[in-house]
Amino acid sequence: MSLRNYFHSIEPHFEKGGKYEKYYPIFEMVETIFFTSNTVTKVAPHARSFVDMKRVMTYVVISTIPCVLWALYNTGLQTNSALATLGIEAQSGWRISLLQFIGLGISPESLVSNIFHGLLYFLPIYLTTLIAGGICEVTFATIRGHEVNEGFLVSSMLFALTLPASTPLWQVALGIAFGVVVGKEVFGGTGKNFLNPALTGRAFLYFAYPAYMSGDSIWTPVDGYSGATSLGIAAAEGYESLSNYGITWADAFFGTIQGSLGETSTLACAIGLVFLLLTKIANYRMVVGCLLGMIIFSSFLNWVGSDTNPMFSMPWYWHLVIGSYAFGLVFMVTEPVSGSHTNLGRYIYGALIGFMVVMIRVLNPAFPEGMMLAILFGNIFAPLIDHFVIMANIKRRTKFNVQTQ
Amino acid sequence: MSQTRKQLLTDPLVDNNPITLQVLGICSALAVTSSLNVAFVMSLAVIAVCGFSSLFISFLRHYIPNSIRIIVQMVIIASLVILVDQIIKAYAYEISKTLSVFVGLIITNCIVMGRAEAFAMKNKPFESFVDGVGNGLGYSLLLMSVGVIRELFGSGSLFGIMIFEPVSNGGWYVPNGLLLLPPSAFFIIGFIIWGVRTWKKSQVEAREYKIQTLEEH
Repeated sequence: MSLRNYFHSIEPHFEKGGKYEKYYPIFEMVETIFFTSNTVTKVAPHARSFVDMKRVMTYVVISTIPCVLWALYNTGLQTNSALATLGIEAQSGWRISLLQFIGLGISPESLVSNIFHGLLYFLPIYLTTLIAGGICEVTFATIRGHEVNEGFLVSSMLFALTLPASTPLWQVALGIAFGVVVGKEVFGGTGKNFLNPALTGRAFLYFAYPAYMSGDSIWTPVDGYSGATSLGIAAAEGYESLSNYGITWADAFFGTIQGSLGETSTLACAIGLVFLLLTKIANYRMVVGCLLGMIIFSSFLNWVGSDTNPMFSMPWYWHLVIGSYAFGLVFMVTEPVSGSHTNLGRYIYGALIGFMVVMIRVLNPAFPEGMMLAILFGNIFAPLIDHFVIMANIKRRTKFNVQTQ
Repeated sequence: MSQTRKQLLTDPLVDNNPITLQVLGICSALAVTSSLNVAFVMSLAVIAVCGFSSLFISFLRHYIPNSIRIIVQMVIIASLVILVDQIIKAYAYEISKTLSVFVGLIITNCIVMGRAEAFAMKNKPFESFVDGVGNGLGYSLLLMSVGVIRELFGSGSLFGIMIFEPVSNGGWYVPNGLLLLPPSAFFIIGFIIWGVRTWKKSQVEAREYKIQTLEEH
């Protein structure tokens, strides 16, 4: 019996009145992995396009591939380099044993060893995200009777990429569960969330377990090794001294620096951005707004200057490449649901985030990184921005009508 | 009397809880629930103020001119709050420092004012007292529930006694720092309201609007 026929034969059990009526969402989820859905849109408007939600979400997942690959390589590179400095003898763990068992060894020069070592860190985090978040997602879908949505694949991938490689797995599970439930499901599920679910989970971990989410010892998962992020160094000593730590602008751009899994490489994010813009998943207005907001405000701060705060003098092209600015810009700011929905509003929304990032990075002494908080801040303001844009439109057009009558 | 005295005391615990159903008194519930000791003292203070203010206002209800009733109620509530504040300062000085302005702010707690206005002005003294204590207990129940969650998972202890040994002391538990910050009480109260309304369907409010589907046009 072919798979198609098999699905048809068991389908009646899951429909209304069937034995497993309750579990229809799970059946639907599994079936649509293999085949196109049988159901068609029942509600107006019937926009005709080949791009449905499944394809949108799949495209976003595809666009993260460069970041994922780079996350594997760089995590391995940083770990292997740290091990090389500290000496392998002092360290133990199943990852190191496995690498030596299969003969790859621990060498920062070996591409395969780096990628494989990175994979051993990324994969557990990603799988935990999928399982823990998936359980929440399926539970809600079953009780509420809506479909299990591909949107979760995007949230889980982005969430995993925003974490430091040393995050304990139970925290990963807790974070994504909080993100899915509070960031999305309590508001009604995919498409109804006003905050970005992945970032909601990330923010939860950031405030709940600050020692595991920021500081010098977490970015490279090697005991006793401490490496500050470039933002941390820049905040403490000014961006000029980054070169003392061997970090050039090119390093930061290509991403051979300390940081959360997926955020280090601006280049990988840029490739993702090009893909998202070409497929028109991401709206270029948000990107333009966010870049302009950041460039204008950081240039303004350069011009103002400060004797006590070295961050004032950091130029915009450094803001762009260090920290999670690029990652957030490409995958979080452009998220269509939690952002603004009017075209003018998108520019304003982007600019607000760009402005807030610099504001938090430079002027707020409590947080070295500001992208996560800035985007959540922008999410909250997005409906308000839309409201005023629409009101202005109505006002302008009412005036226009009066004149022509 | 439509309600028996027992109902006056027990209804506000779950069925008509001032926090979860009426959503009053949220402010202090956010501020004082990070440790159970503090939440407990605050609960006692609110029960006392709420019960006695209802009692005295009910005694005076025929003599309070309608046009200045709020002012008279405020005077009675404020006197009781000052009394409570002084007692706490005398016998639990450390806790009074943590509570800081929140004891004083019981004056503006909507629960106390609401019971005075809605119940004590129309009912006999003893019933009013029971109603005040009942609502104070309803407030306390929620305060203590939130306090248990926040202190247990936020610092691993209950009433200051270590339950989960935190990592910093050589134990296994990693305290959740978010729960020590006031915003966490928002989530927790939200989750509790969600739970209560799943359990007691009658508390669910009617939808304000409905998303239209094509078939209904």
